[in-house]
Amino acid sequence: MNKTVNQKAWFLVLPVLLLVAFNAIVPLMTVVNYSVQETFGNNVFFWAGISWFEDVLRSPRFHDALGRQLTFTFTILLIEVPLGVIIALAMPRKGIWVSVCLVLMAMPLLIPWNVVGAMWNIFALPEIGLLGKTLNAIGFDYNYTRQTGDAWFTLILMDVWHWTSLVVLLAYAGLVSIPDAYYQAAKIDGASSWAIFRYIQLPKMKRVLTIAILLRFMDSFNIYTEPSVLTGGGPGNSTTLLSIDLVKIALGQFDLGPAAAMSLIYFLVILLMSWIFYTVMTRDEANQ
Amino acid sequence: MLELKNIAKRVGAETHIHPTSLEFKPGSFNILLGTTLAGKTTLMQLMAGLEKPTAGEIWFGGVDVTGVAVQKRNVSMVYQQFINYPNMSVYDNIASPLRVGGVDSAEIKRRVGAMAELMRISAMLDRRPSELSGGQQQRTAMARALVKDSDLILLDEPLANLDFKLREELRDELPKLFGTRECVVVYATTEPTEALLFGGVTAALHEGRVADFGPTGDVYRQPATLTGAQVFSEPPINTVKVNKSGDRVSADGNVNWAAPADLPDGDYIVGIRAHHIVPVETPGSVPIDGTIKIAELSGSESMVHFDAFGSDWVSLSHGVHPFDAGAAATLYADMSACFYFTPDGKLVRSGETGGGR
Amino acid sequence: MARITLSQLRHSYMANPVDEADWALKQLDLQWDDGGAYALLGPSGCGKTTLLNIISGLLEPSHGRILFNDEDVTHLPPEQRHIAQVFQFPVVYDTMTVYDNLAFPLRNRGVPESEVDKRVTEIAAMTDLTAMLKKRAAGLTADGKQKISLGRGLVRTDVNAILFDEPLTVIDPHLKFQLRSKLKELHQRVSRTMIYVTHDQTEALTFADKVVVMNVGEVVQIGTPEELFDEPQHTFVGHFIGSPGMNVLPCDIDHGQAVFAGQRLETANKAAQASQNSNEIGVRPEHVRFSSTGLDARVVKVSDAGRFNIVEAECGGHSLKVLVKEGAEIPSETAKLEFIPESTRIYQDGWLAGRRSAP
Repeated sequence: MNKTVNQKAWFLVLPVLLLVAFNAIVPLMTVVNYSVQETFGNNVFFWAGISWFEDVLRSPRFHDALGRQLTFTFTILLIEVPLGVIIALAMPRKGIWVSVCLVLMAMPLLIPWNVVGAMWNIFALPEIGLLGKTLNAIGFDYNYTRQTGDAWFTLILMDVWHWTSLVVLLAYAGLVSIPDAYYQAAKIDGASSWAIFRYIQLPKMKRVLTIAILLRFMDSFNIYTEPSVLTGGGPGNSTTLLSIDLVKIALGQFDLGPAAAMSLIYFLVILLMSWIFYTVMTRDEANQ
Repeated sequence: MLELKNIAKRVGAETHIHPTSLEFKPGSFNILLGTTLAGKTTLMQLMAGLEKPTAGEIWFGGVDVTGVAVQKRNVSMVYQQFINYPNMSVYDNIASPLRVGGVDSAEIKRRVGAMAELMRISAMLDRRPSELSGGQQQRTAMARALVKDSDLILLDEPLANLDFKLREELRDELPKLFGTRECVVVYATTEPTEALLFGGVTAALHEGRVADFGPTGDVYRQPATLTGAQVFSEPPINTVKVNKSGDRVSADGNVNWAAPADLPDGDYIVGIRAHHIVPVETPGSVPIDGTIKIAELSGSESMVHFDAFGSDWVSLSHGVHPFDAGAAATLYADMSACFYFTPDGKLVRSGETGGGR
Repeated sequence: MARITLSQLRHSYMANPVDEADWALKQLDLQWDDGGAYALLGPSGCGKTTLLNIISGLLEPSHGRILFNDEDVTHLPPEQRHIAQVFQFPVVYDTMTVYDNLAFPLRNRGVPESEVDKRVTEIAAMTDLTAMLKKRAAGLTADGKQKISLGRGLVRTDVNAILFDEPLTVIDPHLKFQLRSKLKELHQRVSRTMIYVTHDQTEALTFADKVVVMNVGEVVQIGTPEELFDEPQHTFVGHFIGSPGMNVLPCDIDHGQAVFAGQRLETANKAAQASQNSNEIGVRPEHVRFSSTGLDARVVKVSDAGRFNIVEAECGGHSLKVLVKEGAEIPSETAKLEFIPESTRIYQDGWLAGRRSAP
């Protein structure tokens, strides 16, 4: 419906605009500023052009971190999305158990990120942690602080524990919005459970799953706090994801220029990937 | 008085309302009659000030209100969907426009009580809208629209979503509610019968144009144009091309009947309403042989769709007359009650009596 | 295809119904012949949807049995009853083409692809979907989607009955007529048992050979459209069928005859004795006429409905409606009214006095 044109409405948007300017645009511009200059301290800057960008893009260190980041993100997506859907399907749709399940599911999401890291840090310790000790007791040689594989295993397990709930809640919301008539029709048509999933539940969940995948993609690509607390990027550099590497360069080595260039590249990668995801997943709908 | 002066509404390349001028008097009950996309809702939104016309002016009580926002006009609106505040009681729902207007609480109590009495929802004042039936929800919405003394009350197909019998009941009650008010009431509907029962003044709308405007009975019985007659006929009016020569009127050599004395020779389009074609022979009626397509039964009336010399016909008769689809049948048309239009759709002669123009 | 028998059916949504009002469906005995077109008609909350769900197997009745032919299906789940259903809001498989939608019930049952193709092509032609077979179902309009739903029922040869649950709710008014004729035509072609649930009298009476009228969980009359109009067995039927509905006026009973406004009335039926609760006469507005003798009345209001006038009159302290043909004379203030005796009936406790038997 068309509404009356009234320019006063812009004033209502102004506070948000200012807020966004101060906490997104201004910092971003500072980063852009750093990324094209060289400094040796004392607030003296020299023009460096795009040389930092060239350096970062050529550096094996960046390639490795990006590779680890992509591996991490795609692994957790491959686990969390199907797992979340399966759990959502298994949840009750009616009765008192609904709220119980929902509260249980929401629990991990309520825990602060650094606490999650700290919890798993202790939980997985081979000497005293419940998980670490149990694994060793039943015969696995498990030590996430020393062995790369174990570190990755713990990292992914932690993320799955923390974030699968988000996919579950979104998928569940999609599921309960399907009218009963669809299930009745499918029963009458003699559809198998797989057919019901494939032709009714999945198509109806598509929108929320798109949102879930996007959110999980962006969040996992940005992840810093939990792995930093859990492994600190180790052992060696084996779990040094992009964000951890970035902090190491920026704050550890104080290489502001390369760090700024890297964050911009990082930012653009996320933007590009999100855009690709979004177009691919919504293209189908536009076709109809 | 509400005056629309040459108003038009275009959205992009599409014209929703062609230049239109209408006048509605205070204390009048006005009906906008037309099919789903005739422009009824757009016209109402223009009157309310929810939309701005792309051309023309809207005057109310001698003042130009064209650009005035809806909040600053004293307007009430009732929609097809039952729109109430879901988390307020029925009482608070009805009281809400008065509270906004700063009426004191004793007065609110009195007026809400009186309005609820009128709408027969007094027993439900403490309930939430979701606990009411559809009819009661719509009564609540109407009570809210009527409780403040609006200058203009707009009702956009308020009965369309109700069960058949409820619609009949509310249709009976509605005109009584406006009896003594000095406001302009505009009521949009797709149903000719509803328009007739309300009486008042009717504007027949078709594709964004006013096909006819005047006292409801006149618009029904003396439609100025063929389009006007089509808008105001349910089931659809039967039309057939005819030639009048001498004392006979003939439809493509298929049927012919005695011509009215005052009709000049020439080509015409004849329009005959469905209820003037019935399954039983009446004195002077013209037999039409056809093939039955379907007989629709509404309870007390039968609507028979049939095919005769290559075109679709509808007959409407009292009582239950089942016909088998595909059967041959003869139906009888009372041609003395038909309309004669010129080939470009202007009324020449009306066979229906009544209406004073 | 099957004859459907409902035997001593009762249903309550409560665990321990005590009151008569706790029953969503009161005692029900019905038989529907194979291949018939039936309608369940009643206002919202009358129990018609409950009954529909019991037939399709989505709900198990608290009491009684359902038989398809002679097989007891009371405890069978929906998928084993071989019933097809068209819902109020179109249910289609959005991601599939129209063709795949129609083929779905057959493929689920392992019908060979050549047979599937034959059936789908045939049914698509019947439902006017041939041109759209390759389109995605999601892209169709509401009436197209309802045709798909119907097609999915027609495509199977083992369907016992097709149920319609207010299928025209979301259809544009000017398309309703087309779909209504299509349904009627399809029923005559395929002669399957079809059961149509609605609150709309036109839809029910147009579609069905026999209409079951329900009110507050009870069947009040089963009959052809003519019977429902001419001989309502209950005041509810008289009021619900027809527009405006039947006038129902309280009366006294004297020696089996009705006395209204101080006058003894000739009626089509007689009452054995006066009922303790309610004695009424029912007469349709079309069966009341103005005359020179009869009951004293006062004309209150005349509404012009085009082809007829609805006159509201006051008679014996009660308000009643009179239907007068367009152009006929209407007395201006005081008048005399006459009820046509063969269309005037006595009702006791709502039911037609002296009626042959319960429906």
